[in-house]
Amino acid sequence: MSPLVAVLYIVGIMAVFGSAFALTTIAERKTLGRMQNRFGPNRVGPFGILQPMADAVKMLTKEDIVPSSADKLLHFIAPLVLTTPVWLNFAVLPFGDHVVAARFDAGLLFFFAISAASELAVFMAGWSSQNKYSLLGAMRAIAQMISYEVPLVLSTVTVVMMAGSLSLTDIVDAQSSYAFGWLARWNLFTPWGLAGFGLFLIAATAESNRSPFDLPEGESEIIAGYLTEYSGFKYALFFLGEYLGLFAVTGLGVTLFLGGWHAPVKALAWAPSIFWFAAKFAALIFVFIWARATLPRLRLDQLLAFAWRFLVPLTLINIAAAAAWHYSAWWGFQGAMATRWVLCAAIIGFPYVWLGRSLRGGSPALRKYTYAE
Amino acid sequence: MLSNLPFLSCAVLTLLAAIAAMTLRNLVHCALCAAASFAGLAAIYLQLNAEFVGFAQILVYVGAVAILIVFTILLTHGSDVKAGEPVRSSSLWTGLGVAAVVLSALVAPITRSASLWLLPSANPQAPVAAIGRVLMTQYVLPLETIGLLLTAALLGGVVIAMREKPARKTPTKPSRAPSRELSHAA
Amino acid sequence: MNIPLAHYLILSALLFSVGFAGAILRRNAVVVLIGMELMLNAANLNFIAFWRFGPHPEALTGVMFVIFSIAIAAAEAAVGLALVIAIYRHRHTVQVEQIDALRG
Repeated sequence: MSPLVAVLYIVGIMAVFGSAFALTTIAERKTLGRMQNRFGPNRVGPFGILQPMADAVKMLTKEDIVPSSADKLLHFIAPLVLTTPVWLNFAVLPFGDHVVAARFDAGLLFFFAISAASELAVFMAGWSSQNKYSLLGAMRAIAQMISYEVPLVLSTVTVVMMAGSLSLTDIVDAQSSYAFGWLARWNLFTPWGLAGFGLFLIAATAESNRSPFDLPEGESEIIAGYLTEYSGFKYALFFLGEYLGLFAVTGLGVTLFLGGWHAPVKALAWAPSIFWFAAKFAALIFVFIWARATLPRLRLDQLLAFAWRFLVPLTLINIAAAAAWHYSAWWGFQGAMATRWVLCAAIIGFPYVWLGRSLRGGSPALRKYTYAE
Repeated sequence: MLSNLPFLSCAVLTLLAAIAAMTLRNLVHCALCAAASFAGLAAIYLQLNAEFVGFAQILVYVGAVAILIVFTILLTHGSDVKAGEPVRSSSLWTGLGVAAVVLSALVAPITRSASLWLLPSANPQAPVAAIGRVLMTQYVLPLETIGLLLTAALLGGVVIAMREKPARKTPTKPSRAPSRELSHAA
Repeated sequence: MNIPLAHYLILSALLFSVGFAGAILRRNAVVVLIGMELMLNAANLNFIAFWRFGPHPEALTGVMFVIFSIAIAAAEAAVGLALVIAIYRHRHTVQVEQIDALRG
């Protein structure tokens, strides 16, 4: 790849995802507002569109306060160590037909490696602030992130199994044909893909520290967790890093489960592939915002129990379901497809119900209401 | 010389980070410098065409082992080092001497062998498909053994680090001890 | 990239001796384990360098060895650090010079 194309990719990715960050902040606040039966910010510009500008000005002009007993060097470089690897994540995502910055043989592994590398920055931020709440928030955040890395990676194992390659472009190519002549063969439209997508979404929400898994930075819980002692531009950098991480993992979800840049129906395949990627990306971001508006926050021990005792066994069972799907593909009798779906759904469904019951501690008892008489 | 710059810079970074990891007083700084040296090594693996190994190095060492070390430092209150205490053992020069002997024993054959100083000719690749195939055919026994080893290490680590409850005689539920640890850590 | 094999081997030897010096000189058990990880990493670098420059790289022997070595080193670090935590609970110290009695 010539240096000019490389520079174009870099500039393009930074421009697109930088403005996506600004747009997402305002879109999230307005969507959250509407779901909570109120307007979001609507003062700055028409419908509040210019709110990110106001936020940027505020962040940049705020005084940068560093605690006197803080570890100055670590406190300074923690936001940088967080934000720098996150940009690398976008290098392997295929945004369109032949629009991918770096074709690695092990692209998916590169993605997960970079996601894992940015966790140390959270610890650096929390520890260098020399603040009880920061350290506690940092430990919780790291425990959450490493716990949810396991279901995140395991839920993608089925996709890799079926596509036969770790390269993201190959995975998108494996979802390229159209079944029945019109419906796309996205991984979402298979039982293991559906379950895997659900598990991936949950794990991705937790990896990005978003609600309902935002205990490490929940304002009502622990002040701001590891971000307590950060103000001004460094806080903006953390914010940016977090949202970029969300975008990266959303892009990965689109690539792995939603068919990447392929159109959903063959009739619409004339639209540019980048448009389809952007549309699916936006839809998935909306799902994340929707989950934030709807679900209450999980406590730390609930969170960790959910990861280790529910998600990890389900992801492993999902692999078995994918194997069952693959090895029953030669069935040709009447109603074979329905049978395969039922079989795979049963393989995933029974453990799901059983594990869910065990986590809840049995089926819930009928609530006894008492009224003040 | 300029074409050697990637290797030279990564090598210097790795070495300096390793020396810093072994000499710094503050334990958390040690752990973070060690993570930096692991990352430098991953860059060198990538330059040697071992893509899979480089990414695995980042994922495992920087993303897991470094965090493990940091957690242990925090759980053993290593960051409360008293000011006047020496960090090194009293036999500093003996230790350095032994390390120098080890270094010379390793470097001497390298400098004496002529074939090691030739420039590379072939350019081998390690595609992931080939690694997978070899792993599943020729190295399947080590693979299964590693699975067993990792399971044993996982269970062993949890059991060893679990906080014992003095009053109970029956074994308790497998640990949510990490989370309880964390909430009492500060 | 025209770097002969010897440069990688010398880097590996230097890393190994740095890790070795730290492992035998530092007092804190966790730093000893960090030194040990550095030594393992140096050996891994050696393997990859010899795989790259040696005969029959298509057999992927060096790469396989390093993959297993990384896995084993991670498991070993986990168990070792768990032991350090357990020792800290009993002795309230992780200075290796003070953990010198096989008392029950």
